[in-house]
Amino acid sequence: MAKRALTVDDSKTMRDMVAFTLKGAGFDVLEAEDGVHALSVVKGQKVDVVITDINMPNMDGVTLVRELRAKAEFKSTPILILTTEGGDDKKASGKAAGATGWIVKPFAPDKLLSVVNKVCP
Amino acid sequence: MSNDGTSGSDFERFRITFFEECNEILADLEVHLTQLQEEALDNEGLNAVFRAAHSIKAGAGAFGFTDLVNFTHSFEALLDKMRDGEIDQTPQVADLLVRGGDVLAELVSAAQENRSAGPDFGADVLEQVNDLLGSGQKPTEVSSDADAQQATVSSGMGIWTIRLTPNADLFKNATEPLLLIRELRELGSLKIQCDRSQLPPLRKLDPELAYFSWTFDLESECSSADIEEVFEFVDDTCEIAIERAVSSEEDAETAEVPPEGTEVQPEVSLPAKSVAAKEAAPAGNKAKAAAASSIRVELGRIDRLVNTVGELVITQAMLAQELADLTADNERQPIAGQEQLANLTRELQECVMAIRMQPVKSVFARMPRLVRDLSGKLGKKIYLRMSGEHTEVDKTIIEELADPLTHMIRNSIDHGLETPDERVAAGKPEEGTIDLSAAHVGGNIVISISDDGAGINRERVLAIAIDKGIVLPDAHLTDQEIDELIFAPGFSTAEEVTDISGRGVGMDVVRRNIVSLGGRIQIQSQPGHGTRLNMLIPLTLAVLDGMIVAVGNQRYILPITSIVESFRPSPSQMRRLDDWTQVVQIRGEFIRIVRLCDLFNVENATHDPTQGLVVLTEVAGGGKIGITVDELIGQQQIVIKSLNDNFDPVPGISGATILGNGKVALILDIEQLAGMKATVPLPHDGDGPKEVDTPVAIVAAE
Amino acid sequence: MQANMLQAQDSNPAVKGSETAASEIVASPTSCQFISFRLGEDEYAIDIMAVREIKGWTDATPLPNQPPHVLGVLNLRGAIVPILDLRSRFGQGLTEATPMHVVIIANVAERTFGILVDAVSDILTVEPEEIKTVPDADRSEGEDYLSGIINADHGMVVVLGLQELFR
Repeated sequence: MAKRALTVDDSKTMRDMVAFTLKGAGFDVLEAEDGVHALSVVKGQKVDVVITDINMPNMDGVTLVRELRAKAEFKSTPILILTTEGGDDKKASGKAAGATGWIVKPFAPDKLLSVVNKVCP
Repeated sequence: MSNDGTSGSDFERFRITFFEECNEILADLEVHLTQLQEEALDNEGLNAVFRAAHSIKAGAGAFGFTDLVNFTHSFEALLDKMRDGEIDQTPQVADLLVRGGDVLAELVSAAQENRSAGPDFGADVLEQVNDLLGSGQKPTEVSSDADAQQATVSSGMGIWTIRLTPNADLFKNATEPLLLIRELRELGSLKIQCDRSQLPPLRKLDPELAYFSWTFDLESECSSADIEEVFEFVDDTCEIAIERAVSSEEDAETAEVPPEGTEVQPEVSLPAKSVAAKEAAPAGNKAKAAAASSIRVELGRIDRLVNTVGELVITQAMLAQELADLTADNERQPIAGQEQLANLTRELQECVMAIRMQPVKSVFARMPRLVRDLSGKLGKKIYLRMSGEHTEVDKTIIEELADPLTHMIRNSIDHGLETPDERVAAGKPEEGTIDLSAAHVGGNIVISISDDGAGINRERVLAIAIDKGIVLPDAHLTDQEIDELIFAPGFSTAEEVTDISGRGVGMDVVRRNIVSLGGRIQIQSQPGHGTRLNMLIPLTLAVLDGMIVAVGNQRYILPITSIVESFRPSPSQMRRLDDWTQVVQIRGEFIRIVRLCDLFNVENATHDPTQGLVVLTEVAGGGKIGITVDELIGQQQIVIKSLNDNFDPVPGISGATILGNGKVALILDIEQLAGMKATVPLPHDGDGPKEVDTPVAIVAAE
Repeated sequence: MQANMLQAQDSNPAVKGSETAASEIVASPTSCQFISFRLGEDEYAIDIMAVREIKGWTDATPLPNQPPHVLGVLNLRGAIVPILDLRSRFGQGLTEATPMHVVIIANVAERTFGILVDAVSDILTVEPEEIKTVPDADRSEGEDYLSGIINADHGMVVVLGLQELFR
């Protein structure tokens, strides 16, 4: 069965790029526009990796990570946050919330895949 | 962008999405920055502005728009500090943000059009932003991925000893140590020792905690940075010690390690990490992407379309059944199915049109900036009130609205509204008001711009028009006709060309733009109280309510919106001015006759208007003409087809359509017809050469 | 329509067995194909790549104030396509068009238009060197649309440059 990824970003460009790249690597990709949307999208779904932006309306990425980690079915799901260059505090707060790793924007699709492979069994 | 591993067309697709999104973000940004000028933004507002910069930066980075990335980087940092309360929302900061928004918009459009905005473009704003950010701190150059990969320099074969001791809570981040080990193995040959000493008895074991630690001996050409990268995400949850045991190739050979220790993990075959950069996408792709366009549609509209098509299929089956029954039973008529088909066709048409509909908000959102900039420059105080921003109109029309609107607002500010002193002297509030509104009226959208300024100075307008030879010195014009002179070609009331409304563009261009959209523009002015401009534009460029008229064997289409009435004149209503010009008198007005049969050289047409019909039509620039036709065939919604895809423009014709019988009918261009000269003189029979010396001012003709 | 018409022409003894018949010759990579047609006694050809379809004449809607060779516009599956009379363009008077006349719909420089001719005759496959240039002396001013001459075995065929012809 194909692995399933969830991309959470309020920017359609970013969602498109993430989705396209992962689909090319054989993933099924779910999309959500913000944290609240993401939580409703994953309801009853098994997801193998989550890639979320930090700055989003309604619910930001760090909160989303915390919310997901609190769910039994997301305890061991790799979660990647999208940060920008030098966003060390973001990385730290993401990690503290339970994120597995991060991807620095802007990224090339190859980089995204290599990071996803790094955390996704 | 180079190593993206996507094909050209995917790349283009991303580009298109990116720029669409940028334009949405910029429109939204505009709204917030406008608000910022009136009051400090709340957290929500600041967040929204921050996200705008953030989203543009992320996409720009992916596409390698360096200028855009560098600018958004600083812009974003500024907003971040504002969010954190480190920088206050002073008027200076607000102004800087507004200017930053402008720079951003220009950088986006430069990127979209594959041009450079200029080497120093926005440098002043950037500098001020960086000054605000403190200690002259320069923004870090955002390195692209390719650069980072190039930085990985090989340092010869070496043996590394790595000790990895995870914290007990390693798993709370869903980190999988096995994946780290696999990644290390990709760097070279690996020997692993696992320390299980911390493993508790099974009873006490907490499956959510990490107990193992590892020592790796890695033989590889990699650098320490490569190894650090493997542990990038765990440097806070693990203790990591990396040492280079043997540094030279020779030494590496002497210090041979047993190839297979007992603790060595089984080989796992994984694809080699691809670092090869692919060729950059050819520039041609980018250029092509800029030309393509797409539209975002609410899902509900698509659903409605799909449902309607579903019903259409059912109706088709029903109609087929009714037709089959018809042969068996002659008394039944397929009326129900036909009616339903007609309804569905209308519904389907509406659905399809709705897909192209977008709110005018995106254009309106640009206006507050304009008002603010100009009022500052001219020392006028102006309040812009907008309403009906959510009124929807065809996307193509929205794109064409920006220029005329901008120009009309400029005109209001420059010529309409007075300075605060003048206003106070006239007993008005110091601050002038411009109302910008949009609303649906029938099949049209009406956009109004009204100001409470001085109104049109008719004496001056008339004097200028006479001076420029637009009207004859002895012409008697109504107030309305004088007001409409501002749309006459070559008319400009500004005594000197100001950089506000000047630049050689006049209201005549505005009118032409609106007319080319199939719309009309009207002016109402009251001296001392202000001016109102009304634009009436069809909701779509694709369909038109048309009147089919017959001239000889030919069928032409007249846009219903411009028809006032049609009538058969009596001989006494007809007057001839000279061998070329004929007028019809109706309710005291003299209307110039345009003889379609002569103008288009149509065979078998009725040449005498008193035997045919005169269709009185409004010319967009003001004034009316009477078009002679043989008869009216009927009113119909017609689909507009361009003639100019395959042919050069034909004077007097704005397009074509296909009639029910499959034949092509031409759509008449009233404005052009009004300006066309007959090629054959009037016949000397019929109404006779009765000369009249009533002064007739023909303002309509261009 | 196109196939039928060409088939009908194949059974014409004057054309049958000719070495230029499309079906009998294997085109080399460099060879060019032309559609040839008659206008009175003369035969002309245009590049086959420009031809979109061939249809019978139907009445066109006249366009006002155009040169005589612009016959009007036709509805070609929803597109408005101008129809041009080649005979009139050559200054030989208007064609008395009947349903037996043929309109060749061509695509040149992103524009689609139809040219009215008497009949389509053949598909010519020739090597570039077989296309002879038109002697300069034979061309008068404004006749740069004569782009070459092919010596087919049933006579000379003049190759027309459509873009130059209806510029």
